[in-house]
Amino acid sequence: MARVLVGVKRVIDYAVKIRVKPDKSGVVTDGVKHSMNPFDEIAIEEAVRLKEKKLASEIIAVSCGPTQSQEVIRTALAMGADKGIHVEVSGKDYETLQPIHVSKILAKIAQNEKVDMVIVGKQAIDDDSNQTAQMTAAVLDWPQATFASKVEKGDKEITVTREVDGGLETIKCKLPVVISADLRLNEPRYATLPNIMKAKKKPIAKVTPKDLGVDVSPRITVVSVEDPPVREPGVILPDVDALVAKLKEGGHV
Amino acid sequence: MSYRREVVQLYKTLLHLGKDYPSGYDFFRKRLHRAFMKNKDENDPEKIKNMIAHGQYIVKELEALYMLKKYRTLKRRYDL
Repeated sequence: MARVLVGVKRVIDYAVKIRVKPDKSGVVTDGVKHSMNPFDEIAIEEAVRLKEKKLASEIIAVSCGPTQSQEVIRTALAMGADKGIHVEVSGKDYETLQPIHVSKILAKIAQNEKVDMVIVGKQAIDDDSNQTAQMTAAVLDWPQATFASKVEKGDKEITVTREVDGGLETIKCKLPVVISADLRLNEPRYATLPNIMKAKKKPIAKVTPKDLGVDVSPRITVVSVEDPPVREPGVILPDVDALVAKLKEGGHV
Repeated sequence: MSYRREVVQLYKTLLHLGKDYPSGYDFFRKRLHRAFMKNKDENDPEKIKNMIAHGQYIVKELEALYMLKKYRTLKRRYDL
């Protein structure tokens, strides 16, 4: 039976309207509702389903970030993970934390915990990097099955259906493996109140990147963060002639 | 036999779900409270059982609503 490591990220809730800071250094996060990255919920759900089918023995949920990241680990535990690892990265370090750092941390934990599968969401809805799964596979030198929409686990190998442009690709690879979850892999369950209560008894270990021997010094600097351009309002024209005139004026005809 | 425990449990579950309600927690909480208070004097065990079953149905519906809302938002946002 496989041991599964799942990466979960705390992000601004998907339903919140994002506001950019006036000094263009980033987005407003203070006093804003946060929750687990939706793609990571799908990753957790897949791990829990593997466990329910007796194909996985233990599920470990990992999150890198400030103290509040423990909230999403709790949610993961409430959904069915067995234990959590909180990699504490706070303040300035967290602002510049990149997939390269996270993938090294995940790889290190994967080796320490002797896991057979790493499942992560394909991307986070805040920075949309879509790099962590690929980089983790590279650091570990394991096969990667990204954008999974179906996972079938065998004894020593795994069959994954991937969502590629305009179709599906089915691949087979040996364990251990890194999988990234796409939107249609499954429908995540809701963390119910009794399960949240039970999750409070499950253990969360706290480590720092230093304990794992990972250097989290920044590789890039954010130059500026800006709002997307505002869509120009449309106009309603009385007849075809006016439309043609307007199109000519705009140089479209 | 008293249904007090089940009713309280149902109320708590619904309150918890209400935190994610699209029209806001306050909107949800007021209505939830009103719905429970309306039937506070009900004594017929059969009717209470039916109402609890209805409450559990609402719980399932809310979970489905949130899941669908999230799925649709992501699908639209990422053009998947």
